[in-house]
Amino acid sequence: MTSAETSAETSARPAAVPRPQPAVDTAPLRALRRRRALLQVACWVVTAFMVVPVYLIALAAFSSRSALNEFPLRFLPTSFSTETMSTFLSSTGVLAGLINSIMVGLLTLVVSFLIGVPAGYAIARFAFRGHDQYQLFLLFTRALPIVVLSVPLAQLFLSTGVYDTPLAVTLLHSALALPTTILLTSAVFLAVPVDAEEAARIFGCTPVGAFTRVVLPLALPGIAAASIFTFVMSWNEVLGATILTLNQRTLPAQVLSSLSDSPLAFRFAGGFFLIIPAIVFIAVMRRYLLNMWGTTIR
Amino acid sequence: MARARRTRAVPPAYLLIAPSVVFMALLLGWPMVSGILQAFVGPDGVTGAYLQRMNSDPAFWSAVRNTLLLIVVLLPLQFLFALVMAFLLQARPKGHALYFYLWAIPLAVSDLAAGLVWLSIFTDRGYLNSVLETLGLGSVSWLSYENYGSMFVAILIAELWRATSLVLVIVISGMQGIPKDYDEAANVFGASYLQRLRHVWLPLLKPSLQVALILRTILAFQTFAVAQALTGQDFPVLVGETYRWYTALQNPHVASAIAMVVMAVSMVTAVIYLKTLRDSTKGAS
Repeated sequence: MTSAETSAETSARPAAVPRPQPAVDTAPLRALRRRRALLQVACWVVTAFMVVPVYLIALAAFSSRSALNEFPLRFLPTSFSTETMSTFLSSTGVLAGLINSIMVGLLTLVVSFLIGVPAGYAIARFAFRGHDQYQLFLLFTRALPIVVLSVPLAQLFLSTGVYDTPLAVTLLHSALALPTTILLTSAVFLAVPVDAEEAARIFGCTPVGAFTRVVLPLALPGIAAASIFTFVMSWNEVLGATILTLNQRTLPAQVLSSLSDSPLAFRFAGGFFLIIPAIVFIAVMRRYLLNMWGTTIR
Repeated sequence: MARARRTRAVPPAYLLIAPSVVFMALLLGWPMVSGILQAFVGPDGVTGAYLQRMNSDPAFWSAVRNTLLLIVVLLPLQFLFALVMAFLLQARPKGHALYFYLWAIPLAVSDLAAGLVWLSIFTDRGYLNSVLETLGLGSVSWLSYENYGSMFVAILIAELWRATSLVLVIVISGMQGIPKDYDEAANVFGASYLQRLRHVWLPLLKPSLQVALILRTILAFQTFAVAQALTGQDFPVLVGETYRWYTALQNPHVASAIAMVVMAVSMVTAVIYLKTLRDSTKGAS
């Protein structure tokens, strides 16, 4: 009670007392100011911990070879050079890995959405027997470690001739992304009003027509957000991609498998290059982050 | 009329989920079963030889120890850090949208990239030693296999940096679902900020924290690329051992056996996860 009272008093006092009063108690105001200042300082400290490493890897990736060999290293971008980055990009397997990574990411997107969107729609719109079990099963698959799947899949793909192709990695990534895709799209479809769909049906649309003409356009922004999520998941996955390929590496797999015999400059450039999509992705997805990671798929 | 037809035909929902069920059975279910077989069945039938081989490898037990130690130390720190971040943002400092963006970036950073980022800091001629050298304190080989402690701390910090954002996002979205009334009521009745944290916010955030905790536990059992990028094989972890047995030692059987260990602990955690999730949704509705 006391804190509420004092704060109410201090704010009310100037209005209530007409004549100037020298002994106004400014302590609560000062305490408030001090708290705001402390809050900002704490935020800066956390931000420094989160951002300085990104700055440093960017600095390392854009320093020349000779600057990276200096010790102590410089902390300001005084020797900006694209030498390290261009050496990385022209190293064996990096460009091919980049192309593979993008291809696998896009293919994963297509496969997981072709299969996942109908299932997400079914969860959102139909009450069917096994509905809850199916949803639980989807959550449960999140506990399947990638490493458990990769080794047997490698054997299967070896015997069917799919091993060491972007298709092999795509299949693994699609399987990994599918449960998430289904849960995300079902959340998106739940947000589309049923009324709109029913109205379309009344005006003569077939179920498929109502879906493609009314529901899909309304759901598209959410589905696009979910698809970026899928792409980033595929871009980041390294263990399965390394086990399932030998020559047709994706970019992270290429970086991982050449870790032990590559110079530090190569690893720094690789680290920075792998981070770029993350920075862009979070910037684009800020609005969706809480819904996607926070509630739907947690 | 349409209704009469529909009762006889397969319900549309099943047609819509059928492809996903088949796909997951083939690419998630089948590998799981075949992985179990691979771990326990050799050329001459069922055998425990692969488990024995795994068991007799000293690197396996140090991998178990390292993985568990990492989880035990990392998770409390991570949750403390995430809660601090969440409550800082909740106080709505100036520029909180920008802070949230910057703090969320690691959410989309892969473990390999995170390991490489911190490699640039902890490596012998890296940024941390550059600071120490400039201050005249001399360098330390943080990632040398002789310095187990500093190696562990380096991996710990890298994981703290990379994976705390996930907890943060879950906690913040949990916070958004909590009406401000409770906090205001406690405030009116004179509860201090710390009292409100302890008796209002934390109990209300419990479901979110439980979910985040179990999700993070499952993921922490799969820690791999961070350790690989920072220390190579000097700090063995469970998934790293699978990778080593499969690629360097070319023995998919032992690799599968270790993978089964990872899966078993993940499954146990997942069962707890689903139970708490159900309980918390029941409690909410």
